[in-house]
Amino acid sequence: MKVTGCAPYAYENPVQQPGYLHPVQATIARGCVTDIDARAATAIDGVITVLTPFNAPRLETGHDAELEILQSDRVSFRGQLISAVVADTPEAASQAADLVRVSYEREAHDVTFSTEHELYKPEVVNPTYETDTETGDIDAAFAAAPRTVDATYTTAMYYNNPMEPHATVAWWDNDGLTVYDPTQGVHAMRQVLRSVLGLEEQRIRVIARYVGGGFGSKGTAHAHIILTVLAAKRTAGRPVKLALTRQQMFTLVGYRTPTMQQVRLCADQDGRLLGISNDVVELTSRIKEFAEQTGVPTRNMYAAPNRRTTHRLAALDLPVPSWMRAPGECPGMFAPEVAMDELAEACGVDPIELRVRNEPEVDPETGLPFSTRNLVGCLREGARRFGWDNRVATPGSTMKNGWWVGTGVASSTYPVHFQAGSTARVRILDTGRYEVSIGAVDIGTGAWTVLTQIAADALGVALEDVDVRIGDTDLPTASVAGGSSGTTNWGTAVVEAARSFRKKYGPDPDPQDELTAESSVNPFVDQFAMHAFGAQFAEVHVNIDTGEVRVPRLLGVFAAGRIVNPRTARSQFIGGMTMGLSMALHEQSILDDRFGFTVNHDLAEYHVSGYADVGSVEAYWLDEHDPYVNPMGTKGIGEIGIVGTAAAIANAAHHATGVRVRDLPITVDKFLQSI
Amino acid sequence: MIPFEYKQAEDEHTAVATVTGNSRAAFLGGGTNLVDHMKLGIAAPELLVDVTRLPLDRIECLPDGGLRVGAAVRNSDLAADSAVRERYPVLTQALLAGASGQLRNLATTGGNLLQRTRCVYFQDTTTPCNKREPGQGCSALEGHTRYHAVLGASKHCVAVHPSDMAVALAALDALVHVQGPDGGRAIPATELHRLPGEHPEWDTVLRHGELITAVELPPLPFATRSRYRKARDRASFAFALVSVAAALDVTDGIVRGARIAFGGLAHKPWRARLAEQALLGRPATDDEFRASAEAELADAQPLPGNEFKLPMARNMLVATLRELSGDDAP
Amino acid sequence: MKSDITLTVDGQRYALTVDNRVTLLDALRDNLGVTSAKKGCDHGQCGSCTVLLNGRRATTCLAFAVAHDEADITTSAGLAQDGDLHPLHRAFIDHDAFQCGYCTPGQICSAVGMLDEARQGWPSAVTAEVTSAPPLDTAEIRERMSGNLCRCGACVNIVAAISEVATGRRLAAFPSAAEPRQERWS
Repeated sequence: MKVTGCAPYAYENPVQQPGYLHPVQATIARGCVTDIDARAATAIDGVITVLTPFNAPRLETGHDAELEILQSDRVSFRGQLISAVVADTPEAASQAADLVRVSYEREAHDVTFSTEHELYKPEVVNPTYETDTETGDIDAAFAAAPRTVDATYTTAMYYNNPMEPHATVAWWDNDGLTVYDPTQGVHAMRQVLRSVLGLEEQRIRVIARYVGGGFGSKGTAHAHIILTVLAAKRTAGRPVKLALTRQQMFTLVGYRTPTMQQVRLCADQDGRLLGISNDVVELTSRIKEFAEQTGVPTRNMYAAPNRRTTHRLAALDLPVPSWMRAPGECPGMFAPEVAMDELAEACGVDPIELRVRNEPEVDPETGLPFSTRNLVGCLREGARRFGWDNRVATPGSTMKNGWWVGTGVASSTYPVHFQAGSTARVRILDTGRYEVSIGAVDIGTGAWTVLTQIAADALGVALEDVDVRIGDTDLPTASVAGGSSGTTNWGTAVVEAARSFRKKYGPDPDPQDELTAESSVNPFVDQFAMHAFGAQFAEVHVNIDTGEVRVPRLLGVFAAGRIVNPRTARSQFIGGMTMGLSMALHEQSILDDRFGFTVNHDLAEYHVSGYADVGSVEAYWLDEHDPYVNPMGTKGIGEIGIVGTAAAIANAAHHATGVRVRDLPITVDKFLQSI
Repeated sequence: MIPFEYKQAEDEHTAVATVTGNSRAAFLGGGTNLVDHMKLGIAAPELLVDVTRLPLDRIECLPDGGLRVGAAVRNSDLAADSAVRERYPVLTQALLAGASGQLRNLATTGGNLLQRTRCVYFQDTTTPCNKREPGQGCSALEGHTRYHAVLGASKHCVAVHPSDMAVALAALDALVHVQGPDGGRAIPATELHRLPGEHPEWDTVLRHGELITAVELPPLPFATRSRYRKARDRASFAFALVSVAAALDVTDGIVRGARIAFGGLAHKPWRARLAEQALLGRPATDDEFRASAEAELADAQPLPGNEFKLPMARNMLVATLRELSGDDAP
Repeated sequence: MKSDITLTVDGQRYALTVDNRVTLLDALRDNLGVTSAKKGCDHGQCGSCTVLLNGRRATTCLAFAVAHDEADITTSAGLAQDGDLHPLHRAFIDHDAFQCGYCTPGQICSAVGMLDEARQGWPSAVTAEVTSAPPLDTAEIRERMSGNLCRCGACVNIVAAISEVATGRRLAAFPSAAEPRQERWS
């Protein structure tokens, strides 16, 4: 289905006589809409309605400022939805939207992200981690230590940019509201719609059969969904279709905050850490807080008696940042892992050996034992496969055909996340096949396949005898496809439903026997620290004339519990690593402070890595048996692949050239100064 | 996008007359730039005259050893043409360095020359831009300058021309044949595009209604030793930071002829005549190559944020000339 | 303003009246309900909308339908004949060369067109000597496929799939799987 293009994504579900929705976005970053003149727009042939803050249906407010569109005249960021046109054709809707005349009362905006900005301390960081942690006295340790690194590292503002633009189809009828949307969680989205619309849950149906990637941007409901639902209230039952343009996605569906991370490491002569700290500064929107947990991975990675992590936010007149693949770990492992490379250089210790020397026996912050921790195994296995032993220690000492050549390493980690409340139903059909239903969503991760495997295993039947149904709120409740937790949460529910089904009905159930079970709470969750680990290796070439950077080779070794499906697991790892390469070399948003938005807002100017950038990408894993994480022994694999890649590449670029790049992305100009 | 009327051109003269007679008419080629701009609201023609089916799709070998390329020849066909590959490899390389395979199959020779800048402010109708709306001011001047000009810019515009093909044509002294309401004329490729000056809204010297019909490549025997090198922020499918097109004639270690043009540095393909002059009669050495680059770039005025283009352009020229002067050069 | 045009899509002939502003992509998706060609950027920057247009790969988002009257279009759906998948379809499945699947039909059309271009001896930007016909190694495939983005990062698997079809040889085998172990969760 997917290869021929016949699998229907949200926008493609056939509906009768749809109206097409085209949004109008604010062109100021802060102020008020004083007037909207829609006369010219309304005069366009085929226009059904023009929504404005002054005529839009009312929403329940006070839940989520990002979603409360068209409820007041306030403009809180450039690109905010302030009007919309519904028309019989997309062409008419788009033309009419261009004709909507908006008058503003402009106020001075503030979108400048710098340490000079007034910062505040959030109560918690995403989702509920402590904002700051401190053990011992990092300042004293730093002052006294023989080897230190103190540097500030920055990561850029990143956009998820799934290939399928966000699209919503919605209609109202006597049963209530039906929505096709490529959401990562149908039930979570129904919850949001319920609270924003003030509608009973059973009158809302959300369907997400095929999702063209999300990487977090489809994990939470964004304002355009609400806009579509509001517009559909005005079309007398006609479905309304909205497909965001790629440009609109740069203001409406979230992004990863840029970060500034001051990392301090101090160690003895041999590189044994005496202290480690990461003080993170990042941004959020003035209308809604999203505090990325960037400092969190520093808490679990390496042993050191003195430690600190802090998070501070600048609240700006910008759209709301949100989840993007491995929020926290992804930017939060760039800075410390480059710092570790700098420490290795300062101590004259091999970067792998340095990490091995700082391996903790228990979780350094909580004192809990790790359920399993195989970072050292990953580093050693990776070194063997990559050929690390042949590495010349001195940076800038290898040149081939006009390119500096270097290699680098960095660690990866990702926690095992739990989300409560996933429920699965097992039913035997008249045909003797088993139907397993759960409102999970496959965003391209292979969840559909993996759940089929897990169900077949737990039922003790062949794969061919199981039909898994997902992606619909009419199915039992499931958690969001996020936090690499799908297999953990949904799989647990499926296993428990299958086991209970067998217990109740035995090996030969009667047709239509069915049983529904909810995933139970992990009894070990307070007894162990549960994380996946990995080691990433990169080979980097830097052109001596132009500073162009190429990465002919990436290699990762991961320890992520049991790998249920090697095929899809490998794809998740290499996919994450490829996105990490993109982060390292290419992705960069140019936030123009004068206007208050990202000016390179399309795929020609916001570069994501293409084929020519991606060389060999290899992913391997250790056979890890973890009896504590869940009944399957899985840890989650969707996100760890992106964690550490950028650091490995930056470290390799330094090894190639001797130039230490602490600010992503690693672009030509950073080397040209020294050529 | 506003509604527009569409017409297939029947012949050159009628097409020219039709567009000339309507100030809001435009020629439609492969569409890869114009359709893009119509969607973005940068262009709003009310009449499109489609010239892709005119008999301008041939590549002819001329008796003097040159080539005549019809304006409707697709970029991919031009790049793959065996005569182009033999005689002007720099042109094939420049074409292949541009866009993607599926775009090159649509884009035409004439259309490629008329591509407009990729300046992000030009492309966003919500930010001021003198090129789009004269008098609004230039947002790039104090904004995102990474891709912008270091040579020949004005305080009204610092945009660069995005075409790769045009850089090779400038180096090769191509002639651009146009048909206008008052008849035909031939414009040197180096003079087709303008510097922004007071009027950045004019990319080229073409008048409304003038149609590019062909590009003529004069014979240049030493162009068999020619090369296009492009540096960009992504390995493929990205616009140039800096590019260089060069052909070099070296005999007995002395430069006898040189044709050099830069892309990514200016509002037009930048023919590097100062560098060429500096090389003529000089030994083909790195020092001379470097001196020629310095000569060309001496008056450059980088903006905060694109200073890197100068060492990049210098290094790329030196490396390209070195490669062309080597024994194993193509 | 509207025009009457005729398109042949995946072997089927359609007569339709289109607003002149409708692109080939929107004509396929919104007018004809042929959604195999995907809209990823609508500005020629991602390749998701690639089809074979009169036999050549082309982006459909920057082409007005009215300018392509009488065009013959093959989408990825049309590459499957009578339900039999095209060898590239098979290779994509065998190599797990897609995740979310959204860019996939465009990737496949692009690959079909690209292989044909290579067979005709067309050079690419990484071809060292443009005067000769290059061998289709992985560097050539990567350069030639660069007009198609895949955000899931399936690039290496896609290159392996295409390479297998181009050369008849399998490039990279999957690493051997660890034997799954089912443990009782107490």
